[in-house]
Amino acid sequence: METVTANSNFKSEEYFINMGPQHPATHGVLRLLLTIDGEIIKKVEPDLGYIHRSIEKMCERDSYQQIVHLTDRMDYLSANINNEAVCLTVENALQLEIPDRVKVIRTIIGELTRISSHCLWWGVMGMDVGALTTYFYGFRDRELLNDIFEETCGARLTMNYNVPGGLMFDIHPNFVKRVKEFITHFRTKLPEYDRLLTNNIIFQKRAKGVGVLSREDAISYGASGPVGRASGYSCDVRKHHPYSALDKVTFNEALRTEGDTYARYLVRIQEMWESMSIVEQLIDNIPEGEHRVATNAVIKLPKGEYYQKVETARGELGVYIISTGTKSPYRLKFRSPGFSNLSLLNHIAVGGKIGDLVATMATLDLVIPDIDR
Amino acid sequence: MKNEELQELIDSWSPNLEFTEEGSQYLNVTVPIEELHAIMFKLKHNDQTSFDYLFCLSGVDWGEELGVVYHLESTNFRHSLVVKTQTAERENPVIDSVYDIWATAEFHEREVFDFFGIKFTNHPNLKRLFLTDDWDGFPLRKDYEDNINMIIK
Repeated sequence: METVTANSNFKSEEYFINMGPQHPATHGVLRLLLTIDGEIIKKVEPDLGYIHRSIEKMCERDSYQQIVHLTDRMDYLSANINNEAVCLTVENALQLEIPDRVKVIRTIIGELTRISSHCLWWGVMGMDVGALTTYFYGFRDRELLNDIFEETCGARLTMNYNVPGGLMFDIHPNFVKRVKEFITHFRTKLPEYDRLLTNNIIFQKRAKGVGVLSREDAISYGASGPVGRASGYSCDVRKHHPYSALDKVTFNEALRTEGDTYARYLVRIQEMWESMSIVEQLIDNIPEGEHRVATNAVIKLPKGEYYQKVETARGELGVYIISTGTKSPYRLKFRSPGFSNLSLLNHIAVGGKIGDLVATMATLDLVIPDIDR
Repeated sequence: MKNEELQELIDSWSPNLEFTEEGSQYLNVTVPIEELHAIMFKLKHNDQTSFDYLFCLSGVDWGEELGVVYHLESTNFRHSLVVKTQTAERENPVIDSVYDIWATAEFHEREVFDFFGIKFTNHPNLKRLFLTDDWDGFPLRKDYEDNINMIIK
């Protein structure tokens, strides 16, 4: 179709608008300062800190057991994986031998957390681009997982199921049965996601070719998780630095090369399939044994520096602890995946339209408390 | 590359580097502030090191000195390196920005500026990231005091 430029008296000029902190598409309190010309984005500048709690400073006065409880207030959709990251760092520093049972349960719960997070992301992603039905589909399936978590540890969102040395409780007698039921259920429901949204031509037009990120830029901006993998950058921590029981399972790293919004979408859909496969490989073979090894009531890490990375639903979470041998870390830094992923938003959104920005942001899957910490 | 080979190679670039593996799972190298940018540039662009992924950038208050710790990984060779630099200047600490080498440093350096007050030269947009512009002091420094908002145990 030929575009006819009307010869009008309107002057093209750049102006500035606020998107957020209460905009529904920012999913929390993120404020974007947009410089736009008509509907074309010239510059995006995130303004952070609306939910900053200085978790890193709080960690410097807390014991290692207490720190675990702060981490699920960061990326609350990956709460279990965040808890695991701190526990792994502490256990590695103490050189604790963790029972196989704990490793396997941690991996199962971690992958279920990933599915649950991606379900929520998928529902909200659809909603952001105008497909309200997805929201109910996504939450319907996520609800089943939350029920399993609730039965296991009593909480649905901020689980605190991991403690340094193992798990707070052993799994519920119903756990294996309910997880299997969920997998059977979800294997029939995930194809519905494709029928409803993935293959929807309107959605594809909104997503394909939008917010393209090259592989080089992905690495330079420190992108991780599905954002990096959609650009052909193999960055799955589970593959490159396996932890817990992830070295015992086989799965494919979801990789795409297009780097656009649609590729990031497809990566997450494929990850849900892979996560189900990981859970299935482990669920029948949970080893017998203790669910926790004893640690001292006051944990003191030996003097030194410890770094542990894990793959949350959003990407690479790093825990960097500098210990001087006391009961609290001298310095603790969380390298949160959302923080680095947000930093490339300006790079991929410039030149697009405001509607594209919303679609792009939806596939970055930002969780603001994870960024603000 | 093995840590020993890395150490040998990088050590040949400058006489002022200090290496240690003690108390860390990575090879650590301490670089003087004046040479930081040149060494970092080489670490990324040298064919044998090729550290193209800066996965963590943290500010640290060592008590006497303020420092920055860079965690690097090569996506090609999958080897890692920790680069440290520090300054004893607490009133006006200045370190070269590495934003032109790794784009992710732009946000991470702003965070360090916000919490530690370390200024990064050549940074394109150095201002507070999380805290408000009129915030007094730098909260993650060890000598920071706030009698209202901080609970001291």
